[in-house]
Amino acid sequence: MVRTEFHIAGVHFKNRVLAASGTFGYGDECTDLVDVQRLGGIVTKSLSLKPRDGNPPPRIVETSGGMLNSIGLANIGVHRFIAEKLPRLRALDITVVANIAASSVDEYCAVLDLLEEAGGAHAYEINVSCPNVKEGGLNFGTDCAMTAGITRRLRARTRKPLILKLTPNVAQISTFARAVQDEGADAVSVINTLIGMAIDIRTRKPLLSTVTGGLSGPAIKPVALAKVYETARSVHIPVIGIGGISTPSDAIEFFLAGATAVQVGTANFIDPAAGVHVAEGIATWCTTQGIDDVGKLVGTLDTQGGVSVLESWL
Amino acid sequence: MLHILARVLHVTSVAPNVYVLAFHAPDLAAAVRPGQFVNILTGDSLQPLLRRPFSVYRTEGDAVEVIFQRVGKGTAALSLAQPGGFLDIIGPLGAGFHLDDPRYQTAVLIGGGLGVAPLPIATAALQKAGKRVVTLLGARTAGQLVETHLENVHVATDDGTRGLHGTVVDLAAQYLPVGAHEDARLFGCGPTPMLRALAEFARTRALECEVSLEGQMACGIGICQGCPVELTGQLRTYALMCKDGPVFNTRDIVI
Ligand SMILES: Cc1cc2nc3c(=O)[nH]c(=O)nc-3n(C[C@H](O)[C@H](O)[C@H](O)COP(=O)(O)OP(=O)(O)OC[C@H]3O[C@@H](n4cnc5c(N)ncnc54)[C@H](O)[C@@H]3O)c2cc1C
Ligand SMILES: Cc1cc2nc3c(=O)[nH]c(=O)nc-3n(C[C@H](O)[C@H](O)[C@H](O)COP(=O)(O)O)c2cc1C
Ligand code: FES
Repeated sequence: MVRTEFHIAGVHFKNRVLAASGTFGYGDECTDLVDVQRLGGIVTKSLSLKPRDGNPPPRIVETSGGMLNSIGLANIGVHRFIAEKLPRLRALDITVVANIAASSVDEYCAVLDLLEEAGGAHAYEINVSCPNVKEGGLNFGTDCAMTAGITRRLRARTRKPLILKLTPNVAQISTFARAVQDEGADAVSVINTLIGMAIDIRTRKPLLSTVTGGLSGPAIKPVALAKVYETARSVHIPVIGIGGISTPSDAIEFFLAGATAVQVGTANFIDPAAGVHVAEGIATWCTTQGIDDVGKLVGTLDTQGGVSVLESWL
Repeated sequence: MLHILARVLHVTSVAPNVYVLAFHAPDLAAAVRPGQFVNILTGDSLQPLLRRPFSVYRTEGDAVEVIFQRVGKGTAALSLAQPGGFLDIIGPLGAGFHLDDPRYQTAVLIGGGLGVAPLPIATAALQKAGKRVVTLLGARTAGQLVETHLENVHVATDDGTRGLHGTVVDLAAQYLPVGAHEDARLFGCGPTPMLRALAEFARTRALECEVSLEGQMACGIGICQGCPVELTGQLRTYALMCKDGPVFNTRDIVI
């Protein structure tokens, strides 16, 4: 038997493959099609204090090997999540990571407090790719001081694992990772979607109602892998790798680059059982390789003979 | 909701660029209701990446059929599907038409272009329920009309090559004179501009009307929030096309 489990700040995950936020609903929608209990965990859709309707259509457009989305964080709000979804998730044997989004630091705190009081979520993932209403819509996640500030405020309010989900749309993601580590974050998730756009040349109109949106899917995997590699080399807390993972070998690449665990996102839209297939495929691969613990893959990239980014001119 | 590998029975061209695809799927055939759709993986590579949604056209024993127009990569791949091969399909999805409401006698089925897709399966259910069925079809030109497995068909073409020279909504106006057919209910499917015109027609005639919408989808099963349909009443409140629809009462939505 291959050991698949791992822990973040004392919280147990059955295996190293989780469903990514916003790509698996609240975890209770596709129980017809997949036994979610075979996942390492479920990260919920981002929860805000009040329900959010989201952006007008079109919210999605397919691109080469990927897709753009501008959902606008449409969600049922933390109160309905606690009342309707948490009881169903509690009935399952699954580690639940509640993802939080907000438009002010106070809102992040309020959502976290409500979830703490309700109990049932095992860990929190903080989506900082949200406009800060007080700062004229500047994205929290692209400002290192704001990202660190959110971490500090939330750290003071919970002892459960606090995972900061970082945006790749910054000059150097590792600076942000170090900043949240210094404020007591237990892990970082890398990456959220990349800003992108697509245009209909006939109408000369953007294909998303918001003009730009977030790129995800296989197309972003090489970018995500490089961000995970960069981050894992600069922090000592676990890095959760996200971006374009749809097969076991995709996930193994992330482990080698330094990810402690991974999340499967867009691939769930093609097959809601994608995460389970990835998790089981990893274990099978380890068996064939004589590896008795998936964790033994983490950060074992062989860069001997390679040239460091610092020394190379691209 | 099932996730199956279905054996392809045949792909048949029924009009220029229009194909009927039949596959063996007993459980799906038994479960599907008129107006529901299936989400088909059209390739095993990254192009196209996402599944493609298609209304169920007909069921025949253990077989399920969809009808589609070749418009891009996914439908091109489907048109080349080989009998004996397998397709990865999720379905039945969404909420269908409310056909068995006792408060109406005559179902007026209205299809624009490939909007004919859900009408044969609806016709079969309506016949079973003992309703009178009238079908109004519109197409760009006569050669694009697909009229099989329907009842009481009247047609309109944009170029006047058959039937009424005009749109299918013009045909509806002609077929349903003011005041007559108060016991009728409209069920429409087609391109968005046609459905918008149909909704307006139904509103002015105070007729109940359900339409099957088309639009972008990513997951088709309610987990991505990618398919909003604006609800009437409050500004910017949305239902999900894939889960709450694709069929809606025109009273409830902004088309
Ligand atoms: C609930 C639902 C039910 C549907 N039922 C049917 C059905 O029964 N039969 C059917 O043929 N189609 C149906 N569609 C539309 C069908 O899903 C699309 O035509 C299909 O996804 C196109 O895929 P593609 O890869 O071939 O085209 P893409 O490569 O994605 O697109 C190629 C080009 O075609 C255009 N295009 C995309 N969709 C359409 C469209 N619907 N009409 C015209 N141009 C389009 C695109 O804008 C693009 O320019 C349905 C859609 C929904 C949401
Ligand atoms: C439709 C859609 C909705 C998403 N919603 C959220 C969200 O609510 N909160 C969040 O933190 N990330 C969200 N994400 C980002 C994903 O969790 C993930 O970080 C990203 O898609 C990259 O992974 P992937 O390539 O495997 O999809 C969303 C992604 C998609 C495609
Ligand atoms: S297509 Fe994903 S929620 Fe409707």
